[in-house]
Amino acid sequence: MNSLRWSIPLAIFVVLVAFLWVGLGRDPREVPSPLIGKPAPAFRLARLHAPTETLSAQDLKGKVWLLNVWASWCVSCRTEHPLLVELAKSSLVPIYGLDYKDDPSAGRTWLAQNGDPYTASVIDRDGRVGIDYGVYGVPETFLIDKAGVVRYKQIGPITPDALKDKILPLVRELQQ
Amino acid sequence: MRRAVIAAAFLLAASLAWAVKMEPPAQEALDARLKKLETELRCLVCQNQTLADSNADLADDLRREVRALAMEGKSDDEIKAYLVARYGDFVLYKPPVKPTTWLLWFGPFALLVAGGGLWWAILRRRARMASPPPAATEEAQARGRELLDEQR
Repeated sequence: MNSLRWSIPLAIFVVLVAFLWVGLGRDPREVPSPLIGKPAPAFRLARLHAPTETLSAQDLKGKVWLLNVWASWCVSCRTEHPLLVELAKSSLVPIYGLDYKDDPSAGRTWLAQNGDPYTASVIDRDGRVGIDYGVYGVPETFLIDKAGVVRYKQIGPITPDALKDKILPLVRELQQ
Repeated sequence: MRRAVIAAAFLLAASLAWAVKMEPPAQEALDARLKKLETELRCLVCQNQTLADSNADLADDLRREVRALAMEGKSDDEIKAYLVARYGDFVLYKPPVKPTTWLLWFGPFALLVAGGGLWWAILRRRARMASPPPAATEEAQARGRELLDEQR
């Protein structure tokens, strides 16, 4: 009886500390996307470098690809960009850009200055496609498989760790 | 004559303006409905603000989207479902009741019941400990009286 007196509050305390500890380590800005495991929302948008031509999610069926949401006004995109340029050089996976709520000419200038890692970028001038993808913090990156299903979402800049430990292993698995 | 033409032109212009805009009562009802709906939705960018309060760019876009959907005749629930499909349950200030949120919804009540039970158990134990000692037997009383008499 006496041991219960101590062990029950202690157990409650330990559980509480564990919950709070895990909670401290989580980023409240990372809201799990309901799109994971669902088909990537369809879009047909003008290409940034060839505005008369369009690109749609449908066109990319059959390959594993990354959709990177970026903008010339986006500050954290600058942090992420060298990593994308590097990834594009390795040609492990094609990166498509969604130029989100941006002035197309500013977007083109930005890519000319910082390097263009994208196989193609499309223009989402009013952010409608961004809404369909649940974009709320640029940059965001989606990994989409051969069947057009969203398999992973990175909110905020891709970190070298996230690329090495999560994205690339998943890319390799999906490409098989 | 010229005056009549001008007056007619004004009248026509006014009636056209009415035709483009919604009837004022309907417009007000829609505004009130959207206002209420937007206070139940969270702005994803500034997470502790409602869609109605937020000045974020995305909140603007989402308000526009919500209005467009409402104009299409979508119900509040359909609009919420549209946003949940894109942003997850997090956009709702009031989370839905489902297995993953049971702890959230019923946890406080479970704690209340557990606490109440504990309180009751402690009170009962204290009451038992504080109960008066058993009444003295006839024999003991007689002995007591004897002792008191001796003192006198």
